[in-house]
Amino acid sequence: MSEFISPTLSYSLLSPILVVFAGAIIGVLIEAFASKSIRPIAQVSVSIGTLVLALVQVWRIRSSSSTTAAMGSVIIDGPGLLLQGSILIISIIAVFLIADTENFAAAPAAIPGSSEERESIARGQQVSEVFPLTLFAVAGMLIFPVASDLITLFVALEVLSLPLYLMAGLSRRRRLLSQESALKYFLLGAFSSAFFLFGAAYLYGYSGSISFAGIRDAVVGGTGNDVFLLIGIAFLSIGLLFKVGAVPFHAWTPDVYQGAPTPVTAFMAAATKVAAFGAMLRIYYSVFANAEWSWRPLITGIAIITMVFGSLVAISQRDVKRMLAYSSIAHAGFLLTGVIALNKAGLDASIYYLFAYGIASVGAFAVVTLVRDSAGEVTDLNRWAGLGKRSPWVATSFATFLLAFAGIPLTSGFIGKFSIFSAAYESGATAVVIAGVLSSAIAAFFYIRVIVLMFFSDPLEDATSVLIPSILTRITVLFSVVVTIFLGVFPSPLLDFISNIAIFIR
Amino acid sequence: MNYLTLIMAIPLLGAALIATLPQSKSLLAKQFALGTTLIAAVATIFMTTKFERSNTALQFVESYDWIKAFGIKYAVGVDGIALVLILMTALLTPIVVLAGWNESEGGRWSTKTFYILILVLQTMSFGVFAATDVFLFYVFFEAMLVPVYFLIGGYGSGERSAAAVKFLLYSLFGGLLMLASIIALYVLSGEQGGHTFDIEALSQLEMSSTTQNLLFLGFFIAFAIKAPLFPFHTWLPDAAKSATPGTSVLLLGVLDKVGTFGMIRYCLSIFPEASKTFTPLIITLSVISILYGAFLAIGAKDIKRLIAYTSISHFGFITLGIFAMTTQAQSGATLYMFNHGFSTAALFLVAGWMISRRGSSTIADFGGLQRVTPVMAWSFFIAGMSSLALPGLSSFVSEFLVLVGTFTRYPVAAVIATFGIVLAALYILIPVQRALHGPTEPGNENLKDLNLREKIAIAPVIAVIVVLGFYPSPALNIINPAAAQVVSQMGFTDPLPTHGGK
Repeated sequence: MSEFISPTLSYSLLSPILVVFAGAIIGVLIEAFASKSIRPIAQVSVSIGTLVLALVQVWRIRSSSSTTAAMGSVIIDGPGLLLQGSILIISIIAVFLIADTENFAAAPAAIPGSSEERESIARGQQVSEVFPLTLFAVAGMLIFPVASDLITLFVALEVLSLPLYLMAGLSRRRRLLSQESALKYFLLGAFSSAFFLFGAAYLYGYSGSISFAGIRDAVVGGTGNDVFLLIGIAFLSIGLLFKVGAVPFHAWTPDVYQGAPTPVTAFMAAATKVAAFGAMLRIYYSVFANAEWSWRPLITGIAIITMVFGSLVAISQRDVKRMLAYSSIAHAGFLLTGVIALNKAGLDASIYYLFAYGIASVGAFAVVTLVRDSAGEVTDLNRWAGLGKRSPWVATSFATFLLAFAGIPLTSGFIGKFSIFSAAYESGATAVVIAGVLSSAIAAFFYIRVIVLMFFSDPLEDATSVLIPSILTRITVLFSVVVTIFLGVFPSPLLDFISNIAIFIR
Repeated sequence: MNYLTLIMAIPLLGAALIATLPQSKSLLAKQFALGTTLIAAVATIFMTTKFERSNTALQFVESYDWIKAFGIKYAVGVDGIALVLILMTALLTPIVVLAGWNESEGGRWSTKTFYILILVLQTMSFGVFAATDVFLFYVFFEAMLVPVYFLIGGYGSGERSAAAVKFLLYSLFGGLLMLASIIALYVLSGEQGGHTFDIEALSQLEMSSTTQNLLFLGFFIAFAIKAPLFPFHTWLPDAAKSATPGTSVLLLGVLDKVGTFGMIRYCLSIFPEASKTFTPLIITLSVISILYGAFLAIGAKDIKRLIAYTSISHFGFITLGIFAMTTQAQSGATLYMFNHGFSTAALFLVAGWMISRRGSSTIADFGGLQRVTPVMAWSFFIAGMSSLALPGLSSFVSEFLVLVGTFTRYPVAAVIATFGIVLAALYILIPVQRALHGPTEPGNENLKDLNLREKIAIAPVIAVIVVLGFYPSPALNIINPAAAQVVSQMGFTDPLPTHGGK
């Protein structure tokens, strides 16, 4: 028995994470004890306040770096803080969307169509547990990219995933679809977690250590059993690739994106990607870097398949949320080229791309929440026809996001694509760059088709209307448009900021 | 502020000003647009007078860091070739605005939006010719697709959205191939002394011949789609037919020149070896374009498609001139770009007036216009003559230069291309005969002749066509030094005529 060592924690460096956890617990308490009348406003203000405070904390410690913030379980460094900042900014604008509780089931625990549900609706009961759930998920996401041992990484993965499984099932309308998607997400997620754990066990077997530093030393030393290493890398990768929705682990993405309440989809699509890619970047760049021969060819193949598959399948989608889901699969492929690049430029480019893509994603889903008829959101693309005529500003915003996804110059997406592809090319991954360029061309096709539909088609004779956006939704859309264009025209400040502080410490 | 930045800023400011107008003031929007484009034209003419003709270096140079992390600069500058094209853009845009005064009315959106798109497009067209940073060029090259796309899809006629999408997808595909090449250049420059997109620096790069060939193709295919060269031309007739006449003028007159200009500025200077390797192929494609475009034009029943096909033939001549690698051909190609802008503008604008009066774009529906609408008919006739390169009109000079310049190096190609002139006579004279002469078709008796606005719009175009036909030296004096520079940088000297002067 070794002697018990009392942990020393650097509360200052952990403050963003701790603040979010505290906010989440306060949210739970509000849900339990506050009166019905003040609950919604209290929840929204606590959530936003918490996230802003956490963002301030991240800014305060922006130039810190430490491997000992939590006894070696967490590494605080430039990339980690940048990703935490991105996650928080994305979460704030996503919470603005979630604040429109009209999208969420009044009593999610009740069976759809049951008497309990009718009763709770009749009594005007609206629970708002989505806010603390969001904060818990954010807390998990904040830990994920800075975790530096496999146990912390796994705990963070579960902390971010479990609330998301629940949140996917909260939709007010089309409840069965929503619950089905939650169940699918949960089952597949649990399955991938099992793979992840299995991989972690093999890596422990290989290196005799659960810490990233220990595994890296073993990889560099090269003394262990390579079979264990290969199995470990493969299974750990499966767990991570599932989270980012890379082919062939993407099957949950379209269903969950479609079934989940749109504000949750926005949050999930943007923030989860940042967190999961953050963890991947750390693991591949610093832990497995010396074993690149064993994973790079495979990830290259997956990247190519992912971008081509996502782009091709998106063409045939008739539902805007499913289309955006396949588009996010294609973007996962583009982002994997940043992982493959395995150089400083690739790291910078990935962080930039994640932020730019995340903001544009939230903006795009925000627009989706606005297009409705009497039965709720209209996601059938055919009924978006003529949107540009009826609500030019909403349609123009959506077009801006689509052009950014397509990588048209003067939008953030173009700079992102250019930087990530050039980094990959620099490292000799020519095949990925060519595949990326070609699938960008394919992807452009379906983005443009939506623009055609909105602007060049005549509206159908039905009652699709655009909701007058709430002030918070309006802020989200406006903020996303401004960021998307600003980062396309003046990307220098952010690029320089990222390249100055994005250095992995070991 | 530098001249180039100034002329780019003028239309943008005008667009911002129009954006602040209320929706209902559509007349004011038109007047603002006309005023802005006229100011830009005057500024450009003034700039042209300041240009030192004998100096072969880039002029009006300006350079600021834009995205430092990637070595991207806002860098502009012009040589004679770019200047001529900028001048053409500046002169054509006010004419298009004036000639198409009522074009915006059949559109999906307001008049205001139409002119904002036109003005933004003008800024980007200036930018694309002035850029000396490959990345900046690419940004303009791609971003200018967006206004054109909305101009075709929003204000065109017939199958306008399908045509707009076809145009956009073709261009995007080419653009992405070019992007792949640009990324490769960026990485190569990083390996050889620091990331840069400066054309001069990129032309010094060491590349293996395989790399150079591949990267060349990335650029060339993008430009060949834009230009358009056979077999990448199929988007053009649809786009030209569906767009408003004014948009078609900008599309064929200005935008497509970006393709041929890009071949000179980027393909030849950055990839000289690859350009030589691919010259036989490109010459062949050019000759095919010349003849194939002409045959399609002869068979065309729709007047706008006919003009689009004639342009394919003309772009074949331009590409032929560029890759013949002689000073005459090179000068001829650039002058051809300038002249083609004006003769196509004349054809499209007059055809647009004919179509809007008659309500049909089928050539067979016209007939005997000469008697009913003499001014319109004569304008079309002169434009047509310029298009078939009648001596005394501007296109003759450029076509002649291209053929002479090509003959000294590629006699066979030049001889075959000469048949293009014969075919041109057919494709112009047939519609002239059917539409202008002969008995007046029923339904045409009461067509109105050109009004004052239209006469004012077409007069300067015809003036340029005639004046440059008799006296091309003002334009050639600007072009020649730059053309000679391009050819000598490629390591070519003009071959001496073997059977020449005694």
